[in-house]
Amino acid sequence: MSQLAESHPLDYLLREDRLPHVWCPACGIGTALNCYAHALERSGIPLEKAVIVSGIGCTGRGSGYMNIDGFHVTHGRAVAFASGMKMANPELNVTVFSGDGDLFAIGGNHIIQAARRNMDLTIICSNNFNYGMTGGQGGPTTPPEAWTTTTPYGNVEPPFNLCYLMASCGATYVARWTALHVRRLTKSIEKALKRKGFNFIEIMSQCPPIFGRRNRYREGLDMLEYFQNHAHLQHGIHPKDAPFELGKDFYIGEFVELEDVPTFDERIAVMSETRVRARKKQ
Amino acid sequence: MTIAEVAHVRTGKHFWPGNIAIAEGCIAAGCMFFGGYPITPSSEIAEHMARRLPELGGIFVQFEDELGSIVAVLGGAWAGCRSMTATSGPGISLMMETIGLAAMTETPCVIVNVQRGGPSTGLPTLVGQQDIMQARYGSHGDYEIIALSPNSVQEAFELSIEAFNLADKYRTPVIMLTDESIGHLTEGIEVPPAETIQIIGRKKPHFAPGTRRYLPYEVTDEDLVPPMAHAGEGYKIQTTGLTHDERGYPVITAEAQEKLVRRICEKIKRNAKNIIKYEMIGGEDAEVLVISFGIASRAAKGAVKKAQKEGIKAGFLRLITIWPFPEELIRNLASKVKDFIVVEINYGQLVKEVERCVAGQSRVHLSSRLGGAIHTPDEILNKIREVNQ
Repeated sequence: MSQLAESHPLDYLLREDRLPHVWCPACGIGTALNCYAHALERSGIPLEKAVIVSGIGCTGRGSGYMNIDGFHVTHGRAVAFASGMKMANPELNVTVFSGDGDLFAIGGNHIIQAARRNMDLTIICSNNFNYGMTGGQGGPTTPPEAWTTTTPYGNVEPPFNLCYLMASCGATYVARWTALHVRRLTKSIEKALKRKGFNFIEIMSQCPPIFGRRNRYREGLDMLEYFQNHAHLQHGIHPKDAPFELGKDFYIGEFVELEDVPTFDERIAVMSETRVRARKKQ
Repeated sequence: MTIAEVAHVRTGKHFWPGNIAIAEGCIAAGCMFFGGYPITPSSEIAEHMARRLPELGGIFVQFEDELGSIVAVLGGAWAGCRSMTATSGPGISLMMETIGLAAMTETPCVIVNVQRGGPSTGLPTLVGQQDIMQARYGSHGDYEIIALSPNSVQEAFELSIEAFNLADKYRTPVIMLTDESIGHLTEGIEVPPAETIQIIGRKKPHFAPGTRRYLPYEVTDEDLVPPMAHAGEGYKIQTTGLTHDERGYPVITAEAQEKLVRRICEKIKRNAKNIIKYEMIGGEDAEVLVISFGIASRAAKGAVKKAQKEGIKAGFLRLITIWPFPEELIRNLASKVKDFIVVEINYGQLVKEVERCVAGQSRVHLSSRLGGAIHTPDEILNKIREVNQ
């Protein structure tokens, strides 16, 4: 008979007094947070300089479980909050851990503008194709024809290809993984945490009791099995050639990796050191 | 000369518009983060900060909208900066959700509302005082707010410093509730020497990070204000806009709600006496008391002086602090004053508070304009004569 372990090597990174967490059995968000925690440890970033910011929704609860500075803000505003924090203190290593609806529906303007500015942030987006916390409504990532509580006749809207959107807006690192690909995902997050620039990581995630049960992925393993059989690793592919259509083959991997693009805080620092100083001398 | 050597405080005599005085007042208060979005009639504040803050090592960011601006200001505040934004009616409406977040997470910040006529897009370039109740009740849920209203360029400068001190002292958003006329009014101003400007900073945790557990919302002081750690200091902050306990953890119960929301209201209410400022002339023996604020108070003051010359026992009360409302003062005056006249550029907002406190003991009248122009002293004088008959 199996035994429950007394402790876990990453316990020090979690707020144990907040457990159990709110996520449903077989949800993929816990996996995503686990990968983030491992990546944070491996990155060697001083923990007092690491900040996690979340918006609202299932994934938005992520900031509350990490034993570092954590900020759980208003719906859609995590990226703008994180931008203010990063600009006010560029020494901070700021990660936004939030969901597809929070980041790309209500928060859509903030994330595209932050990518355009090359704000030095890591964005971890858990994409479960619907609004899980409010009971499974459709959103900007809901696949065509998918059933949700607000698309009772099947979804008639086309969804965003999040990676293509982020690449178009100027993100300097864009990667897509699934909640099954934990080793690659962890490495990818570690890379993003250590990289300067706007880093975007999409994690396709199963949501069995809310999205899954209405769309023929009732069990937790159903969608993981789909990920296993249909996700194809292809680094460097242009994200416009990597659409995601539920039920079909799709690409995962590191799609964009641009080097030496100055970040927003770097450009502000250069402006202050050169142009402002020159003007004051006149 | 290095950037650090540029003086923050422009000591000396100047001829400035109100909006510039606000920007310089905020700089004198040590504001180092401005997040904003252009909007008439407040844009001069953002433009001035865009030029001045980089000289001082501060950060100016023009965000994509007011939603982003105000929440970035909160991020800046938690990163340790005195942080602010400036806007007008349509922008302040968008900021309301995050003003609630600031109240709930007890994040100090300053929000300048250069009021214009509304509702909606209204009168972009013309004066209004129609956001009085919005400043108090605009975000959902129960909370208390501090709102200040200058009536001169000199006072706009001074209240900007006061706004930051109050925000930090009580860990609350503070609204500088000015108006288009004060914002664009150019007057002489004297900026005092830097060493005479009093800065009251945030209460910090009284122990080093790591020596014991930091509870972000643990309150042990009588003022009900918890000490504030900043991100990156090692205190392991936890905050949420959800109802939370001392640890900053969400607790969705009636008990946690009662405890938290009562405290964030009480910390302002209990300290109201220390926050409230007003100017009163001849109020003690007045039969007619004119109450006003902001640009409208300048005409009101002139009218009261004229009435006094005519032998009318008229008095003048100008609210510098709009919120918290000076309830006790009005209650005390109500037993002596026969007629109150509230002069404001709206359909009747502050007058409701006056009526509430007067509670039928005296008559309360409204002298209202709806924006686009300010009262003339003579129309207020006529109102004084009318009620005094």
